[in-house]
Amino acid sequence: MALLAGRAAGEATRRLGRGGGTALPGLVARTLAPGLVESLAAQPGHGVVTVTGTNGKTTTTHLIAAIADRAGMTPLTNRTGSNLERGLVTALVDAAGADGRIHDAATSLGLFEVDEAALPPLFARLRPRVAVFLNLFRDQLDRYGEIDSVAAGWSRMLAVIGTAPVLILNADDPSIAALAEVAGGEVITFGVEDRSAALPEAEHASDARFCACGARVRHEAVTMGHVGWWHCDACGRTRPTPQVAARRVTLSAESSTVEVASGDDAATLRLPAVGLYSVYNALAAIAAGRALGVSLADSVAAIEATGPAFGRQERFTVDGRTVRIWLAKNPAGLNEIVRALLSANRSLHLLAFLNDGIQDGQDVSWVYDADLERFAGHVERLTCAGTRADDLALRFHIAGRAPEETITGTDAALDAALGATPAGGTLDIVATYTAMIDVREVVAARAGERAYWEAAR
Amino acid sequence: MTAASSLGTIRVVSLYDDVMNVYADRGNLLALQHRAAALGVSVEASRVSLGDALPAEADLVLIGGGQDREQRRIADELVRRGALLREWAEDDVAMLAVCGGFQLFGRWYRDAQGEEIPGIGLFDVTTVAPPPGWTRCIGDVLVQSPVGAIGEVVGFENHGGRTYLGPGARPFARVEYGFGNNGADGTEGCVYRQALGTYLHGSVLPKNLGLLDHLLEAALRHRYGPEARIEGVPDVYAARAHDAAVAVARRRAPRFEGVAR
Ligand SMILES: [Zn+2]
Repeated sequence: MALLAGRAAGEATRRLGRGGGTALPGLVARTLAPGLVESLAAQPGHGVVTVTGTNGKTTTTHLIAAIADRAGMTPLTNRTGSNLERGLVTALVDAAGADGRIHDAATSLGLFEVDEAALPPLFARLRPRVAVFLNLFRDQLDRYGEIDSVAAGWSRMLAVIGTAPVLILNADDPSIAALAEVAGGEVITFGVEDRSAALPEAEHASDARFCACGARVRHEAVTMGHVGWWHCDACGRTRPTPQVAARRVTLSAESSTVEVASGDDAATLRLPAVGLYSVYNALAAIAAGRALGVSLADSVAAIEATGPAFGRQERFTVDGRTVRIWLAKNPAGLNEIVRALLSANRSLHLLAFLNDGIQDGQDVSWVYDADLERFAGHVERLTCAGTRADDLALRFHIAGRAPEETITGTDAALDAALGATPAGGTLDIVATYTAMIDVREVVAARAGERAYWEAAR
Repeated sequence: MTAASSLGTIRVVSLYDDVMNVYADRGNLLALQHRAAALGVSVEASRVSLGDALPAEADLVLIGGGQDREQRRIADELVRRGALLREWAEDDVAMLAVCGGFQLFGRWYRDAQGEEIPGIGLFDVTTVAPPPGWTRCIGDVLVQSPVGAIGEVVGFENHGGRTYLGPGARPFARVEYGFGNNGADGTEGCVYRQALGTYLHGSVLPKNLGLLDHLLEAALRHRYGPEARIEGVPDVYAARAHDAAVAVARRRAPRFEGVAR
């Protein structure tokens, strides 16, 4: 009954054209059957994998799905980034028949990206076999609260879990690596070993500057924010040597080449994605693949063959211009995008959206923590857009690169920015979550692609 | 924008900005440097963090907000520097203390366990953690300040603690939309001589030029005497962002309906 009502609600919202209907079925089903998550999550024959962290959840989940698929599993995911409880329930409800049984349960793998604050109450109910923790950056304080409390919540959650999952932990992020101390089972760490990938200087948006013991963490070098080669003089905690490691990283404007080592195996990954943050996502996915029994060679092949996740470095061709879409949610993520864009070493045509919806963060202060000053001298043309276009224009103005145009509406902003991009050129669109959903739909429609809830199915 | 002939140099001290920057208070220093350049004021900024000595003199002091743990980390050292900071305030050094920095510039903060974290008592205010069941004060906030020509100030607030003014303390502003110091008495922040404390971030200075210019002028007066003035130069980006944020606050934040001022 709960399942049927949930599915009906999903169909109804999709027919009414009100967004993808990716959360409402979950809301209906959850209200009708509170034990639904437990009963559905227990069914996949290959168990459940959770993916959490501030940045990279959707992409990492997407890569693990490709790996699982190649290994003959049927991944069952909440692919559209609907990562709160009701999004998960929706994914499970959609996969189940009217009898409450998941189709092909024996071969399926539950694979869920979970919002960092939503994970603790869901963890014991999902009982994951593998739990991936990517990173912990400052993100939307109006919604999540302070990062200390998120990390403390994860620790408590792991300390009380009955059956211990394999933990996939980012060795380079001190607050993630510390979770190994409360692990009840196997831990697989991942990280970047190539020091040439380090930043020349620390960024402003570095958050986890304090060790679990309270002292200040020391960094010998950082790859992004507070992530890097760290140790604590006070208590002796130090970055563990990553078991899945990027031995050598070569970043280019369009892709990355990564020498990956996992145990005794080594392989070269030609990653069709830009930026060091994409390398971390791939390493996390390979480590998760290892926990699921997939060989390094198979994981690498699966990642090389898959395209980008929804709205994450996706490319379209519109009116003879390449349009790339970058999702920016927080200072750390935006800094990585700035770095990736500048690595192209050409003059940029940029359309930047700042929205202030609940999913974007109603507090737009965070743009002051991103190093937008770095854009100065590298941007040919800038259009600011979104519900808080004026705040973003002011931020760029203070950064020394005022926009040519400031336009609130999505269509008008896209028209202006595309019109100013020369034929054969590239327009890079950087957008917060709800703005990305909006602009991607318009871009995809003009490029002749399907809307996101269709593409995700 | 043409830089006017130089009006002089102000010495700005940014306190603990690597620790107390939880709500992008860094934007305040960026905006100050940008605005000062447009007005023809040079800025000599020094960043003072844990273990660093305060410079001998300052015309403007900035301190931002931090998480509870970060506030605890700086509290002891800040208290040891309290005497000098209070002396500066008596000497009309301009100051802006935001959120957690505002709390620590008060007398004390009593946390949820009843433990008191001492502040420097520059402002006659005290702050208590919210009782169980009370929510944080989170959201857009719009206030009217009677201080100088500051007027309307808009920002975002995100604090659990409730701050109460002592008998002699003057509020920085009156709340129109949002919570302010405690959500109950309609006051926002505190003012003592040229020192301002507030819960508003967003960051607060970039889009509130009235407040930014007030602080710049106070800093110039501290350095060069009471005749020092700045000529307000319009900044269309700041004005538009201000107006947009005001519209958002009026639409989205609760209208304050208390009576006490
Ligand atoms: Zn330590």
